[in-house]
Amino acid sequence: MSEDTEIHPDDMPEEQVLPLDAWHRNQGGRMVPFAGYEMPIQYEGIVAEHEWTRGSASLFDVSHMGQLSVEGPDGDMTAAAHALEALLPGDISSLGEGRMRYSLLINEEGGILDDLIVTNAGSHYALVVNGACKWDDIAHLREHLSDEITLTHYQDQALLALQGPKAGAVLEELIPGTGKLVFMTAGMFEWNGIPLWVSRAGYTGEDGFEISIPADHAEALANALVADERVKPAGLGARDSLRLEAGLPLYGHDLDDVTDPVSAGLLFALTKSRRESGGWMGHGPVAEKLAGGTQSKRVGLKLDGRLPAREGSLVFVGDTEVGRVTSGGFSPTLGHPIAMAYVQKEHAGKDTALQVEVRGKRLDATVTPMPFVPQNYYRGE
Amino acid sequence: MARYFTDEHEWIDVEGDTATVGITDYAQEQLGDIVFVELPEVGAMVDKGGDAAVVESVKAASDVYAPITGEVVEGNPALEEDPALVNTSPEEDGWFFKMTIGDKSELEGLMDAKAYQAFVDGL
Repeated sequence: MSEDTEIHPDDMPEEQVLPLDAWHRNQGGRMVPFAGYEMPIQYEGIVAEHEWTRGSASLFDVSHMGQLSVEGPDGDMTAAAHALEALLPGDISSLGEGRMRYSLLINEEGGILDDLIVTNAGSHYALVVNGACKWDDIAHLREHLSDEITLTHYQDQALLALQGPKAGAVLEELIPGTGKLVFMTAGMFEWNGIPLWVSRAGYTGEDGFEISIPADHAEALANALVADERVKPAGLGARDSLRLEAGLPLYGHDLDDVTDPVSAGLLFALTKSRRESGGWMGHGPVAEKLAGGTQSKRVGLKLDGRLPAREGSLVFVGDTEVGRVTSGGFSPTLGHPIAMAYVQKEHAGKDTALQVEVRGKRLDATVTPMPFVPQNYYRGE
Repeated sequence: MARYFTDEHEWIDVEGDTATVGITDYAQEQLGDIVFVELPEVGAMVDKGGDAAVVESVKAASDVYAPITGEVVEGNPALEEDPALVNTSPEEDGWFFKMTIGDKSELEGLMDAKAYQAFVDGL
């Protein structure tokens, strides 16, 4: 048998290594498999890292995420915007330079293929997509973007997230000018002669930044950041508990390709004008949900007691099953368990009393507005 | 009093006809911050290697197995108020439950402290 049968497609490596892999291990990170990489789940402990992020600033390595660009012929931004708008429900054309928007890749059936951030980077649109979905996203984009559109995958860029109320002050000292960015804006900066693309965004509910840097300089920047006593490294565990408290859905858990954006409560990602005009993949089925409503809805649950309900736990009203938990855990900030669940719409109203079953026990739960913990974004003075 | 260990990182102290069960320092370190411990009911029969308790950390739920067969006679009431005792004092104050010893010969297959340390060092 020829060796050829063993070869994987060029763009789907079997195992990938983070640029900061050795750095994480030196910092005491406990590495676990995630999205095709070994990634730090924690350093000193999830709760300590969670609390440090809420009170100071934490450095997260999110280099597993896909950094892509979509470029029109000769830098034609209108062409690039229109190409993206055929695949996303958001208004990309009106996105000003340096501005960012949360959006979704949606399939023909109206299911969510991924959630992502689109930034107008001046000469192209920058996309940041989930690590676990990036190869599928690239295949989907390649298939559906016309030949005149150039899709680039920046595999040699690391992505570092600095998150927390002190992130603004820390980064301004290190990279002057970054403090002027407001939430969901981005720009090009320089640090020690190294070009950086800095976005004021993140997924913890706190103020913070995501910094795209050439992979071979990532370690120097990580060292410079943690040299500041306000910054400590934090892992995937804290990232998950932080985003859950912030009410932010996680793809593969709270969102998937059979979940539509209306049930998921992501109406803000469906730009109003585009809900009517359509012209994007999946518009038909999504428009039906918008008009006719959905069977179930993503809600937040606050649980009584201390026992967390995890993904997959069923939700009940009396003996009737009315939903399922998609993410759940113990909230370090609130000191009780919280969860996200999809619940039948007649039981999804605020303050509805429900029960969640965990190992045969029924736990009392209450439908609670999200975010569970107030978001703390910097929107300018 | 003799202390034995399992390869699932439980410890068991034997004193006369009863035994006290908990998880090792290595286990709590692996689990991280513990937020809830679900103990077996008093009077429950547990089987060697079978489910006995569940530890919920911030991250995930993990099963704790019975090191030997017997009947649960007491759960540690302190864990209800302060489950983090399992992190701070896993091999003393953070014990899980006490049980009868159904079959003394089951203890023979368990590790002593030295053997367990060697086992952990090899992980």
